[in-house]
Amino acid sequence: MSYAVAAWIMVVGLYGVVTSRNLIHLIICLTVVQSSTYVVLLSVGYKTDGVPPVFYDVPPSPRAVDPVVQALTLTDIVVGTTVTALLLAVAVQAHKRFGTLDPEELRPLRG
Amino acid sequence: MTAAVRRAVFLVFGAGLLALLLWSFGGLPDLGHYVGPYGDLVNALTIPERHSTDAVTTVNFDVRGFDTLGEDAILFAAVVGVAVLLRVLRDEHERPRPEEDASGRRIENTSSAIRLLGAGLVGPTIVLGLYIVAHGQLTPGGGFQGGVILATALLLVFLSDQYITLRRVGPMALIEAAEGVGVAGFALIGVAGLIWGSSYMENFLPLGTTGTLLSAGTIPLNSVAVGVAVTGGFAFMLSEFLEQTLVVRRE
Repeated sequence: MSYAVAAWIMVVGLYGVVTSRNLIHLIICLTVVQSSTYVVLLSVGYKTDGVPPVFYDVPPSPRAVDPVVQALTLTDIVVGTTVTALLLAVAVQAHKRFGTLDPEELRPLRG
Repeated sequence: MTAAVRRAVFLVFGAGLLALLLWSFGGLPDLGHYVGPYGDLVNALTIPERHSTDAVTTVNFDVRGFDTLGEDAILFAAVVGVAVLLRVLRDEHERPRPEEDASGRRIENTSSAIRLLGAGLVGPTIVLGLYIVAHGQLTPGGGFQGGVILATALLLVFLSDQYITLRRVGPMALIEAAEGVGVAGFALIGVAGLIWGSSYMENFLPLGTTGTLLSAGTIPLNSVAVGVAVTGGFAFMLSEFLEQTLVVRRE
């Protein structure tokens, strides 16, 4: 079920990217696409009735979920954020250069 | 290609992609039936072998530390990229007082409620950030999460006062240095493992008592290095964007 949710989030995000008329909106849609990967990663490591892989006040138990995919999700989030920042910087410059944020009007070989 | 055609084309291929994804996910083990051995191994070994009670941090800063080095490098590259993209261009110049630009328009002062709330939250935010960075090996948290919280404190300073104050509170040179020192520190702690241990990123320090602040060997050191790098990186990107809107003007 959660895999279906991930697939749906990804396709919905792509729909936003394809139909977007604003670069900022497009970048946010890209982060939606990326967030589907978080759902997949966390689903892979989940166990029924799982407990968090943190044993500060509880003894280690075999029911703890996979910490490796959680660490991967953390990496995923950090990389996603930095890519978003970089793309937003590009959007700022595109707006300065062409005066628009509409990708339709940002044709190559123009200006 | 018009917007309607593009939408129609996407709906066809998007539906195909959705079907393919659902089909391929069908081959994965069902939710809740975990199969891989690695997660269970790390969970079983994190306390006996690393004296760290947060398995996620153990993975991030020790077991899979080399990947985190790559992640750190990506962050660094993105920060450099933002700096290059948002530099002051040839036909622009910096105008330090943005109020001057809005000719004939009175700049509203920030409401005192926001100022009070922002100023009041700066202290607790910094404490929370430091706490999260320092307790990475014990409870959920670590350098990445704490670093972002620390960078948020800078945004609060901006919200509660003018950008000029932000520049005075967060000197750019220090922020830039923090980013470099953090990334280099993380890489160098790895080299130290090569010198005093036997391999790169080996956890060569004494592991200490499980559950205390100075346990788990190099894990808290790595966490602090990443925390410094993330704080510097995010604070730098934040102030670059603010500078772009507030200070840089086209002639």
